[in-house]
Amino acid sequence: MRVFVLVKHAPSPESTLRVGADGKSVDPVCLTYDINDWDKYAVEEAVRLKEKYGGEVVAVSVGVNCDATLKKCLAMGVDRAVKVPVEAGFDPYQTAEAIVDVLRGERFDIVISGFMSQDTNNALVGVLAAAMLDLPFATAVVELSVEGDEVRAVREIEGGYREEVFLQLPCLVTVQSGINEPRYVSIMGIKAARSKELREHVVKLRGPSVFVERIYVPPTRRAEILKGSMPEVAEKLVELIGSKGVI
Amino acid sequence: MRVFAVAEHRLGEINPVSLELLNFANKIKGDGTSEAVIVGDDVRALSSVLAGCADKVWALSGSQLEHYNPESHADVLLQLFEKEPPDLVLLGNTSQGCELAPLLAVRLRCPIVTDVVGASVEGGLIVSRYIYQGKLMVDLKLNRTPCVLTVRQGVFKEGIELRGEVTELRLTPSKPLRRRFSRIIEPEEGEIDVSKAEVIVAVGRGAAPSLKLAEKLASLLNGAVAGSRPVIDSGLLAKDRQVGISGKTVKPKVYLALGISGAFQHVMGMKDSELIIAVNKDPQAPIFNVAHYGVIADVQELLPKLLSKVEERRK
Ligand SMILES: Cc1cc2nc3c(=O)[nH]c(=O)nc-3n(C[C@H](O)[C@H](O)[C@H](O)COP(=O)(O)OP(=O)(O)OC[C@H]3O[C@@H](n4cnc5c(N)ncnc54)[C@H](O)[C@@H]3O)c2cc1C
Repeated sequence: MRVFVLVKHAPSPESTLRVGADGKSVDPVCLTYDINDWDKYAVEEAVRLKEKYGGEVVAVSVGVNCDATLKKCLAMGVDRAVKVPVEAGFDPYQTAEAIVDVLRGERFDIVISGFMSQDTNNALVGVLAAAMLDLPFATAVVELSVEGDEVRAVREIEGGYREEVFLQLPCLVTVQSGINEPRYVSIMGIKAARSKELREHVVKLRGPSVFVERIYVPPTRRAEILKGSMPEVAEKLVELIGSKGVI
Repeated sequence: MRVFAVAEHRLGEINPVSLELLNFANKIKGDGTSEAVIVGDDVRALSSVLAGCADKVWALSGSQLEHYNPESHADVLLQLFEKEPPDLVLLGNTSQGCELAPLLAVRLRCPIVTDVVGASVEGGLIVSRYIYQGKLMVDLKLNRTPCVLTVRQGVFKEGIELRGEVTELRLTPSKPLRRRFSRIIEPEEGEIDVSKAEVIVAVGRGAAPSLKLAEKLASLLNGAVAGSRPVIDSGLLAKDRQVGISGKTVKPKVYLALGISGAFQHVMGMKDSELIIAVNKDPQAPIFNVAHYGVIADVQELLPKLLSKVEERRK
């Protein structure tokens, strides 16, 4: 079984977020990057598939500076990595096209990506790539297994309900957080990663289909912030909670 | 503009987001039309609900369309769009919309933006959406039509009444399906139903180390402990304690959000609570936009103080 996993080297939403001087970007100075949270689950699921069925896991990432994330994947048990050194900007179409360009030259059974990225929150790249490659797909998957020449996927829908579907191979799934417990990178893993292949795949982007006009801090309705020492604040909270007749 | 809204239904009920899509369509259609599309095996009754908010309703039915499946649904939608070309296609930003929308966009070779919360049409279509889990916003310009958008639920609640005509079409997917629907799995029932609690102490990733104290507080207040998704994902609380779009919707008298950032997927499950109090160490946390009262503090410091004050008061 050959599994491709799509990963993004993404800024953390916990970074200090400041609008850039052009009003169209996020100030890069304060951003800290790591593997996108949802993609950790994707990598773990891919490595587990290999551990169960044998084969190979390949990680693909689009971005000029994604080496750290790809190396992390290699240390987690991915066999080789492909970096597409372009900046796709805000447009997930471009990211998907770059990934499809890699996948067209490869043989694979399953492609796995995270449900969405933690920075742009589009939740698009996986399905766009599936549609471009004409693969059956399922999103927000919380259980995955291979049964014969099909994949059984349980996807999360609204309100705690789940939907069980079967996909013919080859297929693509995007995984939801909680599908597994992503492993930590071990020293052994990091050592093993050093001898694994990380190659670059050059593509030419066709240009964006959406254009950023403005990035800004959302207009808000602010809560009334309680001020004072800890005991004073606690006292006020007790008053507020008590006003609802529940103490 | 000719705006199509792809409706959604499950177990015989229209998802309210479908009507919100039509409200949105009516707002931006200009001298064009708002047209609802519904797909299913028998969607006559549901079509009339949509007709109340649309200039026109397309009811696409067929025996292979009983269960939602992105392959069959996109296939028949594209058959319709071939004859009735859209300028804009709207879907809910839901578990169905997240699959169907990008598939339609690729097949229509058109731009797509998800989770839209606002739009303007003067000088081209510009849509607004949140990024960084609600901490920033972006306005995006779309230069071409058609376009596909998914729209966040709960935003476009108000709209005009219309009396659209329903056109029924019987359609069959043109290709064999490679995804097969098997079944819907119901949520597991837990020991308590948090949606019935009058007081909820909700624990987020930032309060996970204080879970024990939070449980103590909840029991002092005769309430229940609930959690945000990461706390459930990590196994600290059972799945039925999750509040949010993929968990429970709650409306307690008091909702105490501890160390919860306020991502929209969480907020959708608790925003209608009577009194929302949020404790977070980050003054920028979006949770302060839905809370009535906020405390900017470390949960680990505040919680012991709060516990002892509540104990005092109960004496
Ligand atoms: C399809 C889909 C469905 C989803 N469904 C749900 C759902 O049903 N429910 C849900 O909750 N989420 C859901 N999510 C996830 C959601 O997007 C967020 O990731 C999640 O709600 C974040 O949880 P959190 O606020 O606890 O964690 P984080 O976003 O990590 O926030 C932690 C917060 O704690 C604060 N903090 C940290 N330490 C402290 C401290 N010591 N004292 C005070 N504050 C502190 C931080 O400032 C931060 O604001 C869903 C996501 C997707 C894509």
